[in-house]
Amino acid sequence: MTAAPALAVQRLTKSFGGLLVTASVDLAVAPGERRLIIGPNGAGKTTLFNLVTGELRPDGGTVTLFGRDITRTPGWHRAHLGISRTYQIITLFPRETLLRNVTLSLLGRSRLRWNPIARLERQAAVLDRARAALARVGLEHLAARPLAQTSYGERRRVEIAMALAQEPHVLLLDEPFAGLSIEERRDVLRLVTAIPRDVTIVMIEHDMDVALDFAERITVLHFGQVVVEGTRSEVVAHPRTREIYLGE
Amino acid sequence: MKRLALAAVLVGLAALPLWAGGTFYINIASQILLYAVLALGINVLVGYAGLVTLGHAGLLGIAAYSAARLLTGGHGHAVAIAGALAVTMLAAALFAALALRGTGIGFVMITLAIGQIVWGVAYRWISITNGDNGISIGARPSPLGLSLASPAHFYWATLVVFLAAVGSMALLVASPFGASLRGTRDQPRRMVALGYHVWMIRFLAFLLSGFWSGVAGLLFLYYNQFVSPQAVALTASAEALLMVISGGTGTLLGPVIGAALVVAMKNVASAYIERWNFVLGAIFVAIVVFMPDGLVPGVARLWRRATARRATPSMAVAGAPGKEPGR
Repeated sequence: MTAAPALAVQRLTKSFGGLLVTASVDLAVAPGERRLIIGPNGAGKTTLFNLVTGELRPDGGTVTLFGRDITRTPGWHRAHLGISRTYQIITLFPRETLLRNVTLSLLGRSRLRWNPIARLERQAAVLDRARAALARVGLEHLAARPLAQTSYGERRRVEIAMALAQEPHVLLLDEPFAGLSIEERRDVLRLVTAIPRDVTIVMIEHDMDVALDFAERITVLHFGQVVVEGTRSEVVAHPRTREIYLGE
Repeated sequence: MKRLALAAVLVGLAALPLWAGGTFYINIASQILLYAVLALGINVLVGYAGLVTLGHAGLLGIAAYSAARLLTGGHGHAVAIAGALAVTMLAAALFAALALRGTGIGFVMITLAIGQIVWGVAYRWISITNGDNGISIGARPSPLGLSLASPAHFYWATLVVFLAAVGSMALLVASPFGASLRGTRDQPRRMVALGYHVWMIRFLAFLLSGFWSGVAGLLFLYYNQFVSPQAVALTASAEALLMVISGGTGTLLGPVIGAALVVAMKNVASAYIERWNFVLGAIFVAIVVFMPDGLVPGVARLWRRATARRATPSMAVAGAPGKEPGR
């Protein structure tokens, strides 16, 4: 039984000028897995995400999704193949309401987005799904509020609602707990934990306390390279992890 | 209430030749409407796609010149109009493919360069464009047997086209595609990640914008019964852009108000003040200083503030968000 990994990268390389940010990274995430990627600032974690989503083009190496080579697939098309992501620096639509934000996410996967004649307000099916996506993260009551008038923690949940609304196969979460209070972290963790197993999750996170409970396997990136990879206990016990994180 | 006001405005516009007081004013109204069509077209890019263009007079000119050539070549009005629009759409597709290699200032500079190329062709390629002398056409068309020779008749025809343009914009703004387009303006990277083909969305917006610019070009040609390189000069593109910006980008009414302002200043103020350009400049400066998002959003904001203050003083603070909703 050798099912293709949900997401795999092979010898993935990217440099900005002379700076090698992703140095021949190999990574394979099994379907349904919860993978945590950790590493100090500048380790190339977000760049790895950008390479996977197609925001950046790699200098070398390949990206495969369920065995399908998507290295040359344009970014917008990868969303249709089932990759969704959240951003470290929140990039939502501040002037629009929460409902409209999630609606835009749903439209991204729908042919309706090309329609210049229909009235979006009357698309009950899409709007209902958007409301359901907001309800999933407990924000249904704020659907009509402009995003600019919501809290940071609420926006983080909108991010997750938008990603989940697309019904991804692979979900990339870029520091979903950053900048949140302890209560908000718990809320977000509960949300993420409740995501069904048919969604594969890769998470970048600094906050080891919260993230460790979530992860099954952990990859440690350092200077663009995979330094350690293994189960939670293996990685935590590994001397290199301690060296990188505790500076020993 | 809102429908009543809209109906009143429509009746007022339709009856304009009866109350405007002479052909001079009817002609100015026609000019306002034809430039409003151009401004609405430009607003698709500037307002909803966030792409500032300085070359759209070129598209207006391509439509006008194509129709003029077809008409002087002995073709009928139907062929001239259809042919001119087809040529304009092809040109718009080509311009879009070139200009969309950049965004922001890059996009502006490419549209500027393209506009100048069109101007150069109009000015220098005398065998096609008759150079500085321009091309005169014989007569206006008579759709459905109705001659457009008189100012009032031409005004009504222009009004119909103008209303079609406004209608298409109202549809666009409320449509899923309109929401997608505004999304590419606000968060292009995020839109790609959400599965939107941002380039294609911008390309289609450029085509729509080009279509209405071409329609404005036909109105321009039939109104003047003449086209010359002046129509495609950089100042014409800049003026059209100023209409959109002064009226309010990304609003339905803004380009219309902006067109009215610029055309009225050109025609009316110039009758009284020799240096009317100076007055227009001063007005633009005032708009930029006091209503940086344009006349329509600016006045709407003042209005809201005034009504909110009258209602309850405490509501005025809560009910005064910094940005316009529904853009």
